[in-house]
Amino acid sequence: MTTIDSGVDTLADVTSSEDRLRRFLLGLPGVDQVGAEARAATLGTRSIKTTAKAYALDLAIRMIDLTTLEGQDTPGKVRALCAKARRPDPADPSTPQVAAVCVYPDLVATAKHELRGSGINVASVATAFPSGRSSLAIKVQDTKDAVAAGADEVDMVIDRGAFLSGRYGMVFDEIVAIREAAGDAHLKVILETGELVTYDNVRRASWLAMLAGADFIKTSTGKVSPAATLPVTLVMLEAVRDYHEATGLHIGVKPAGGIRTAKDAIKYLVTVNETAGPDWLDPELFRFGASSLLNDLLMQRTKLATGHYPGPDYFTLD
Amino acid sequence: MRKTYKLYIGGAFPRSESGRSYVVNDAKGKFLANASQASRKDARDAVVAARKAFGGWSGKTAYNRGQVLYRIAEVMEGRHDQFSAEVAASEGLSAAKARAIVDASIDRWVWYAGWADKLAQVVGSSNPVAGPYFDFSLPEATGVIAVLAPQDSSLLGLTSVIAPAIVSGNTVVAVSSFERPLPAVTLGEVMATSDLPGGVVNLLTGSASEIGPWLASHLDVNAIDLCGIEDPDEARDLEAAAAENLKRVRRPAEEDWSASPGLSRLTQYLELKTVWHPIGV
Repeated sequence: MTTIDSGVDTLADVTSSEDRLRRFLLGLPGVDQVGAEARAATLGTRSIKTTAKAYALDLAIRMIDLTTLEGQDTPGKVRALCAKARRPDPADPSTPQVAAVCVYPDLVATAKHELRGSGINVASVATAFPSGRSSLAIKVQDTKDAVAAGADEVDMVIDRGAFLSGRYGMVFDEIVAIREAAGDAHLKVILETGELVTYDNVRRASWLAMLAGADFIKTSTGKVSPAATLPVTLVMLEAVRDYHEATGLHIGVKPAGGIRTAKDAIKYLVTVNETAGPDWLDPELFRFGASSLLNDLLMQRTKLATGHYPGPDYFTLD
Repeated sequence: MRKTYKLYIGGAFPRSESGRSYVVNDAKGKFLANASQASRKDARDAVVAARKAFGGWSGKTAYNRGQVLYRIAEVMEGRHDQFSAEVAASEGLSAAKARAIVDASIDRWVWYAGWADKLAQVVGSSNPVAGPYFDFSLPEATGVIAVLAPQDSSLLGLTSVIAPAIVSGNTVVAVSSFERPLPAVTLGEVMATSDLPGGVVNLLTGSASEIGPWLASHLDVNAIDLCGIEDPDEARDLEAAAAENLKRVRRPAEEDWSASPGLSRLTQYLELKTVWHPIGV
């Protein structure tokens, strides 16, 4: 288990200056890479069957941020996606709704309109997604635009260039500024773990984002390979758990990108339960950023309900 | 050496997901080898592999598919002795008879290979219509075909049910003869080394009665050949399960595998596409 560096009195002190922040982040214990990967692999072998599987499938559907982040997105595609978010499987009304629909800022209004009255949130990426290479003023305005258009959740990216070159204060200030610009909207901070290279960096970035006021920490944009992996998510879940122990606050985790099968999703849920605890088995605290995952979950759900294997022809393409 | 043979799924040779294997005896009841006993999940994985391979295989030119089938025949030729020994042991035949069966199987691959680029001319048509249109009907592959291979004829029968399905661009999940799986295992090894893309043919050794219902009710399977089901009640149940997504069903029937096969199996797994093209545009 990670423990906070004993040289720090309180977490509030940590953020009082860039120097202290750096000392705190660099003082976090290193991640045992082999251990983390072995632990994730072991958790991935748990067998989840019958009623537990049915529960896991429905929970995974409720945790999905149904995402479309393509240059070719159109209002029509977003409307279709919203219809799917409301009723993922029209053949089975007992199928739960997804948690949110995630789009680019210019399509937030369309999504908001389509989802009115459904209780499904609209999430918008912002801050010069996916690279984050823009001035702070533009990032703040990007966030404000998304929120003004009705976004309930904002997915921001951190400045990986600044983070990797050790300018932690700059990254911190940027998250704080976006936190302010986002107002009441839920703030998810994308670490883009595929560019952070090491698990130590993932742990540091997780703490940095949480200290700066993130509601959620998210693995990836989905535009960089590797995207979400089980060990990376494990490291982030440990950070969230330790932060909870230190402060009593619950921060959410969102793996995004590369999770395509129900089997993978269930591995993540097992990891959540075993690492952060059952409190996190809730769409308020754990999400999947995914699009094709939903169809595989629906197919598995249909298999459980009907007793025979369904085919992809019977589910919408999106 | 006591061997435990594996399955052939998606171009790889995995063990059964269930971990099961069973003893294969020769016709006199003497131990031959162990074979993996495929489960419903192996069948599920095989269907996924077959579906994945379908686009590429059906998209190849007919000429190219024909060349690949010829190549299977050539590689089989190189393993003639092994096939002969397996057929002789499995079916209790003399060495000469077994060799004749292997020869006939190789000839059957060649015969079907020749059909690859002739099928469209024979089955397709140019239709006279009352309007200024060219009107063509062309055969296209049906999709993923589940084949429950014959229980008695372990090589010639198996060849005669797989070759006509794949030559037109379909992909196949086949369950071999339960008691005589070795020629199927060797055929898998031949396919893995003969330019046939992985997943076009997937060979499962095990019980057709156990795996059949899962394939018959699988909504991503487009046709099923019930050849290896001997009990008429069982065949009827499988046909009923296959009706759910309107699979093309080939009922079990008395077959003489040594006779000229004709076109009926070839045309069983085809969909006709008719195109109207305006004249003068």
